[in-house]
Amino acid sequence: MSTADTMSLLPMLILAGGILLTLILIALTRRHLLAFITTALTILAAITTGLLHLNQQPHIIGDILIVDRFGLYYQIILLSATFVISIFSYISLERLFPDKRKEEYYILLMLATLGSSMMVISTHFISFFVSLETLTISLYTLISYYREREKAIEAGLKYLVLAAMSSAFLLFGMALIYAVSGEMSFHGLLAFATNSRGSANVMLVAGAGLMIVGIGFKLALAPFHMWAPDVYEGASSPVSALIATVSKGGVVALLLRFFTMTDLYRYQNVMLAFMVISALSMLAGNLLALQQKNVKRLLAYSSIAHLGYLLVAFISGKGMGVQAATFYITIYSLTILGAFGVVTIISKTDHEAGEIAHYKGLFWRRPVLAALFTLFLLSLAGIPLTAGFIGKYFLLAAGLGKGQWLLAFVLVVSSVIGLFYYLRLIVTMMSQEKDHQPAVPPENLSKGGMITLAILGILIVGLGLSPGWLIDLVRSLP
Amino acid sequence: MILAGLIVLLMGCGMLAWLAGRWNDMLPRVISLVGISVQLIIVVWIWLTHQQGPASGLWIISYTHSWIPAFGIQIKLAVDGLSLLMIALTAFLGLLSVLTSWKEINNRVGFFHFNLLFVLAGITGVFLSLDLFLFYFSWEVMLIPMYFLISIWGNENRTYASYKFFLFTQGSGLLMFLSILGLYLIHGRNTGVFTFDYDQLLGTIMQPQTAFLLMLGFVIAFIVKLSTVPFHSWLPDAHTQAPTAGSVILAGLLLKTGAYGLIRFVLPLFPQASHQFAPVAMVLGVVSILYGAKLAFAQTDLKRLVAYISVSHMGFILLGIYAFNEMAMQGVVMQMVAHGISTGALFIIAGTLHERIQTRDIGQMGGLWAKIPKMGVMGLVFVMASLGLPGLGNFVAEFLILTGSFMASQTLTIIATLGLVAATIYALRIMQKVFYGTEQKQWKIADFSIREMGIMIALVVVLLWLGLFPSAVLTVSRPSVLKEIESVDERKAQTGETYFNRRAIVDRKITMTDISLRGHYLNINTKKAN
Repeated sequence: MSTADTMSLLPMLILAGGILLTLILIALTRRHLLAFITTALTILAAITTGLLHLNQQPHIIGDILIVDRFGLYYQIILLSATFVISIFSYISLERLFPDKRKEEYYILLMLATLGSSMMVISTHFISFFVSLETLTISLYTLISYYREREKAIEAGLKYLVLAAMSSAFLLFGMALIYAVSGEMSFHGLLAFATNSRGSANVMLVAGAGLMIVGIGFKLALAPFHMWAPDVYEGASSPVSALIATVSKGGVVALLLRFFTMTDLYRYQNVMLAFMVISALSMLAGNLLALQQKNVKRLLAYSSIAHLGYLLVAFISGKGMGVQAATFYITIYSLTILGAFGVVTIISKTDHEAGEIAHYKGLFWRRPVLAALFTLFLLSLAGIPLTAGFIGKYFLLAAGLGKGQWLLAFVLVVSSVIGLFYYLRLIVTMMSQEKDHQPAVPPENLSKGGMITLAILGILIVGLGLSPGWLIDLVRSLP
Repeated sequence: MILAGLIVLLMGCGMLAWLAGRWNDMLPRVISLVGISVQLIIVVWIWLTHQQGPASGLWIISYTHSWIPAFGIQIKLAVDGLSLLMIALTAFLGLLSVLTSWKEINNRVGFFHFNLLFVLAGITGVFLSLDLFLFYFSWEVMLIPMYFLISIWGNENRTYASYKFFLFTQGSGLLMFLSILGLYLIHGRNTGVFTFDYDQLLGTIMQPQTAFLLMLGFVIAFIVKLSTVPFHSWLPDAHTQAPTAGSVILAGLLLKTGAYGLIRFVLPLFPQASHQFAPVAMVLGVVSILYGAKLAFAQTDLKRLVAYISVSHMGFILLGIYAFNEMAMQGVVMQMVAHGISTGALFIIAGTLHERIQTRDIGQMGGLWAKIPKMGVMGLVFVMASLGLPGLGNFVAEFLILTGSFMASQTLTIIATLGLVAATIYALRIMQKVFYGTEQKQWKIADFSIREMGIMIALVVVLLWLGLFPSAVLTVSRPSVLKEIESVDERKAQTGETYFNRRAIVDRKITMTDISLRGHYLNINTKKAN
């Protein structure tokens, strides 16, 4: 590796170094706070270097990786999300967990982020798959980390089986594509796909189809969404937030890069499959969420729907479609981090505040927290004054720009359905029955957690009122 | 700048009221009162000192500031005669709703006023926006706080009512948003300029079918708000369950945003498609008039009854808008203002009664005149207003609308006139059941206090002023009305359809000058006096 390669990968190297450092520190002394601070500082250092690199020329490392603005932007988003998650994790671990094995959690957290951040700069099947597995294997462990709880073990196993299966699909798809083309890098595939015809074409589409199944699993798109609610419910809230932001964000970035670089947009069948998946996800996610009585399951179903929304932009192709998808995943990450943060903060020592009933009358007991939660939910619902509205506007504009009227219509209808359960949650928080208070939150809500949530809230309102700078930034990515 | 200031003022006061509510219950009320009073003063100042150019369609004041330049979105606010009247109504009714909730709302006072002021800010935004994105933005901003007003401070069945309200308006609003985006993209493809600017989007060239579909998106959003049959079913629930201030704002202002949207956006943006749609819209209007009146007559819940009166009166507005002539359109503007006042007043009376005897069932009232004569007199005045008694604002409005629409469609107008007869029946029934007749129960009930009497007197004065000197309002709205009519007429001439051409000629003949209009009304008024 040349010096230039090393320099361009510096954020990732810092992250990897941080993982090793934490490992050594844990071996020397088991101190939760120390592990947390090391993690936080590592991530902040990685973000800073990422920001410094943002305006440099794209740097290509073999066929394997490309460090460009697009990749760096996603890395910064993923790292920032991890930073927020590490704060919530600290709160969650301190309060919920018996006094052992707190520290290794952070290593897994950073490993997952490393996998995801490498994925966004991958331009080759090998680098893609290796980073994806780094991410997934860390997630298996993180999901069942609270092994004293039954649901955590169940969720971890479920995720293990299904993710392994989806990896198999993904690999088989890659193998098919490799078999006909002899290429594994995205550049090479572009050259092959433009020249191929006949039977090779069929194999290529079949391979792409199998890869869609694999990616669909990772993004929890209908009809591959079955694992999401159980895993979200079983894992602790910060881990659920990690799945919703870091894991999905990385896969979305890779999907965008894969399709733009190989220009698979030309294949009508592949795009048709995505349209069906998108419409199904929007409808299934929102309709199934209506039935939920658990906030984390509800957020899981809503995330299925949100990824469906995002596909509307993705289908619209290069240019505005990619920008809209990038913008939306940024906004969505901010919002869902906030929502899971609220769940984390409000949880009591013995169990997490999953049931909707726990939120009854929250508005009158904890007005600030409830107002923030309302804000996050409204942003998820896409109501003006919040960033979610601008995001949804961007998606619709991208979709309609390519004439996707049907999908846009489905998006509109399903988001009206979606409103219903967000509103129900808000109404529950506002209900005034005094006798029903099963879960009065602990007397002292974590100060740090509240400050983090407040910053997220301010960002969401700020981006809802003046989103110009972020839009310009997203548009300046290639 | 001052226009953006109006919205910021309301929002700022809203935040302040919420914060103040943590320490003191009285402070939020005072803050809201002061905030809205300042707004009213500013609006009156604009009214008195600024005049609109002679029918040229220039805006009185406008303000433009770039917001999201990447998408051609800007903060473009402007006021002309029509929007000036609407924001004056907003400030006036806003002030009264703060006053009516002075004693009624006693829990979470701070948050209540926060929501109240944000609804008003959203409504002001709707009336001032000249950028379609900003318009939709404000349109949505007024929903959430209204939803909270109903679902927190509402009556027994508030959750159901608030859901229904929200889903109806939000669903239809999103359809409008699709249409706005469609228009934006078509304009962008045609000219290469992607913008939501109203002035630039005017006269966008597109296929007639496309135009019709896009128009439908707008129209559905607006007629749901206007609670036209068959989209009216959210309104009785929302009105009945909302607290008094909520009902006043719903009936007085939120419904008007639908009418305003039709006049300001649908007609100028889609003139040709509007002509195609006109017969349907007029029929819907007439159906609303009669069906609303019939249902109003059948109600036993006082607030529900008044809500159906609104449905009926909004039917007149729809009929008048799609008559496409100056007289009907002026009537519509008048109806928007007068209905806001008279129905607002009826809701305040119903709310006050409910607060005192804990029931809205008119079967349990009766014979209240002897106990609460002041309320009885006020009830009589506003009931007479809703049945269209000459001398009060509603009469002028309905007269103008019916005269105008008679030139557009005689049959429909004749049927619509039956609505006035029905109005007499349901309106008098209120008086009979509530204030006259035998006493059903021995209510211990207090009459209007000084504060409430003040509110009522303000309403009566305005209603009389509208009825006796309608030209004060009509001159203000005339330039805007003429501009809207012209924009429709231009297209009409282009289409070359004989039916429309014939009507265009008729329209031009009956276009009245301001002076003749004023004389006309003086005549009517003197006749009445004789």
